[in-house]
Amino acid sequence: MKNLLKSIVAIVSVSVAFTSCNNATSSDSKSGALAGNVAEKVYVAPGEHDEFYAFVSGGFSGQLAVYGLPSGRLFKVIPVFSQDAEKAYGYNEETKPMLNTSHGFVPWDDSHHPDISQTEGVIDGRWVFINGNNTPRIAKIDLSTFETTEIIEVPNSAGNHSSSFVTENTEYVVAGTRFSVPVPQRDMPIKDYKGNFKGALTFISVEPEHGNMDIKFQLIMPGFDYDLSHPGRGKSHGWFFFSTYNTEEASTLMEVNASQNDKDFIAAVNWKKIEEYVNNGGGTMMPANYAHNVYDEATHSATSTMKKEVLTVNPLDVPGAVYLMPTPKSPHGCDVDPTGEYIVGSGKLSANLTIHSFTKMLDAIENEKFAGDAYGIPIIEFEASLAGVVEQPGLGPLHTEFDDKGNAYTTFFISSEVVKWKVGTWEVIDRQPTYYSVGHLMIPGGNSRKPFGKYVLAMNKITKDRYLPTGPEVTQSAQLYDISGEKMQLLLDFPTVGEPHYAAGAPADIIKPRSKKLFNLEDNEHPYAAKTEADTKVVRDGKTVHIYMTTIRSHFSPDNIEGIKVGDKVYFHVTNLEQDYDVPHGISIIGANTSELLIMPGQTETFAWEPKQEGVWPFYCTDFCSALHQEMQGYVRVSAANSNTPLRWSLGEDIE
Amino acid sequence: MKSTLKILTLVITLLALSCGGGEEKKEEKTKVQLKRQPTTKKVESKSNDTKPSETIDLTNKGVGPITSLDITADVDQAMATKGKDVYDKMCTACHRIGKKFIGPAPNGILERRTPEWVMNMILDPEGMTQKDPLAKALLMEFNGSPMANQNLTEDEARAVLEYFRTLK
Repeated sequence: MKNLLKSIVAIVSVSVAFTSCNNATSSDSKSGALAGNVAEKVYVAPGEHDEFYAFVSGGFSGQLAVYGLPSGRLFKVIPVFSQDAEKAYGYNEETKPMLNTSHGFVPWDDSHHPDISQTEGVIDGRWVFINGNNTPRIAKIDLSTFETTEIIEVPNSAGNHSSSFVTENTEYVVAGTRFSVPVPQRDMPIKDYKGNFKGALTFISVEPEHGNMDIKFQLIMPGFDYDLSHPGRGKSHGWFFFSTYNTEEASTLMEVNASQNDKDFIAAVNWKKIEEYVNNGGGTMMPANYAHNVYDEATHSATSTMKKEVLTVNPLDVPGAVYLMPTPKSPHGCDVDPTGEYIVGSGKLSANLTIHSFTKMLDAIENEKFAGDAYGIPIIEFEASLAGVVEQPGLGPLHTEFDDKGNAYTTFFISSEVVKWKVGTWEVIDRQPTYYSVGHLMIPGGNSRKPFGKYVLAMNKITKDRYLPTGPEVTQSAQLYDISGEKMQLLLDFPTVGEPHYAAGAPADIIKPRSKKLFNLEDNEHPYAAKTEADTKVVRDGKTVHIYMTTIRSHFSPDNIEGIKVGDKVYFHVTNLEQDYDVPHGISIIGANTSELLIMPGQTETFAWEPKQEGVWPFYCTDFCSALHQEMQGYVRVSAANSNTPLRWSLGEDIE
Repeated sequence: MKSTLKILTLVITLLALSCGGGEEKKEEKTKVQLKRQPTTKKVESKSNDTKPSETIDLTNKGVGPITSLDITADVDQAMATKGKDVYDKMCTACHRIGKKFIGPAPNGILERRTPEWVMNMILDPEGMTQKDPLAKALLMEFNGSPMANQNLTEDEARAVLEYFRTLK
């Protein structure tokens, strides 16, 4: 009996094994037949490089992730608005000022829309800009170092969402407020929103050579929600377009109350006209308080400056500068095609996509085809600027991007798909599902005059069953489609860091040659740098102690330090003397209430340590640097606060 | 019993090996005292007992960008001064004049090596330790501590070489 049972179990097991085996085989061959050469298309052989960089926003992680396309490999997460213990960003003394704001130190934000700098309408690969949504800020990332080198806070803004898009020569990076607020901020009843709250659209000038940002002016618009924006290009260069919703000016139960109007607006702003007005002394200087944080590559340090005023412009003071184009219904995306002629409005709650013509808009303005005004700003007749509609392409359109063959690609959040349609004829060519609930999509160069229409990357909010489950919280994802043919082909999906709201892509060749390998020690102007071991020292100044330390494979200098006392504040200023590619060193010490340092060759970084107990405390290199990495360690002797232990340090010999 | 002996021998040998570089330790204070096993030495010293750092090889030019180099009879003092400056900035973390530190002292190096070999070691230490047998042996002598490539230009390396000529 027992044996029988055993053999049954055995037979069942074997047959199960075989069955599942067969299933596996058949499903393999099935997907193989469907997939064709898909794997080949995303395969980048070990040691080979991807064709494109993709800079994918980290959403609520506050960061910016760098992927390769078509492989989907993650290369780096660039810390922007959030502290990052791995890289000591926002933890070390040098980068703490980067996260300073008018609200004090804000170690987190919600990063949304990266955009790469452009020259003559073509992406030039110098900088990526990205917006912090929550405590309004715009950051600039230098693509020679892939580090955040500048952050400017945006005053009078709240929910900095219609940001951070650049004009076609990077004259400006533009930041629009999503939430309207009292301008300037003041204590007032919320119910008095209507007519009293304002929406600030901020034009931040970018100095052409070094990229230094400065708020040139803020356009103080009616109290709508400004959702997304895009620059004019080519023929429409000099204009900027912003989608709006909540033209109802509601302040509560927005999902109902901000969806009442049949149409909201796309605001067309002639920034060249306003620039001229401002350059001739126009505008009103308003008291403000906002941080401007700049990282200096020579000192390897950031400084934060509080700015105290901002130039504001009332749109009514510059006639002919601002118009409103009616667009159904609570439009999200507001996207301009590569020629600059068409402005695509994606009405979230509309069945159709609405496309405005720039030429028709100018004509309507000239012939005053207006349907009324909003707070004195002319509203163009709906039909007058309308170029066409894409009829019922899907549910919940959000965002459109363009290839180099006259096609547009729009995401549909509710129906989870990407729809390809023809610019000019407005006919739908193809549709492909996404998994699931796609937000934005990205074609490298897709927000410029020159898209590289080989791939589109769709960014999904929900992944549910797409990957191995990881508890209640699962990843967001990006999906790569081949768009080189008539039909789109899904090639790959891969998990992302945080929620990807938007991405910017560029051919690797534009960025790769400019990528720095190290910092020249000679150019290091950090005030606490020790550029040779002869410069190393320990200096006491009251209860503050500065250690000028160096690292090189595989030792710290000094590595024995005595005379530190309980209650001291000890700054480790550590210079990495290496001058070779990819040889960082790290350091931390027991009980440091901060992160490690990760110091690139030629760089100086600082962490503070406040020893609380007597003893002899080791520090060590935290980044595996050489065969003798495990030997890269040292000791600090901490004596009682009232002790007489002399301040001494050494390397290679006993402290006598 | 036999195997215990074997294990014991192995442990002792390993301990001895790991203690290999500790000649300078002060005998009286050191608790762990192990005599060097002569057997471990035997293998390396097939030809003679000379350490790689003391080996004289005035024909080997090494492997790297420098294949031939002419040196003037007299030291170019200006170049040597520049070389000292570069050396002080880029090399002293590991090399000290007149004493072994992380790496060997540069004194008298041209009595043991060709100028090309020295230049190649400065300009491409990774390549040298992989391809040049003497450089490889030196890596072992110096505890496997790799020479860092400090990205000197050829001119800077040449100046450092000139500075080395002034060190006796």
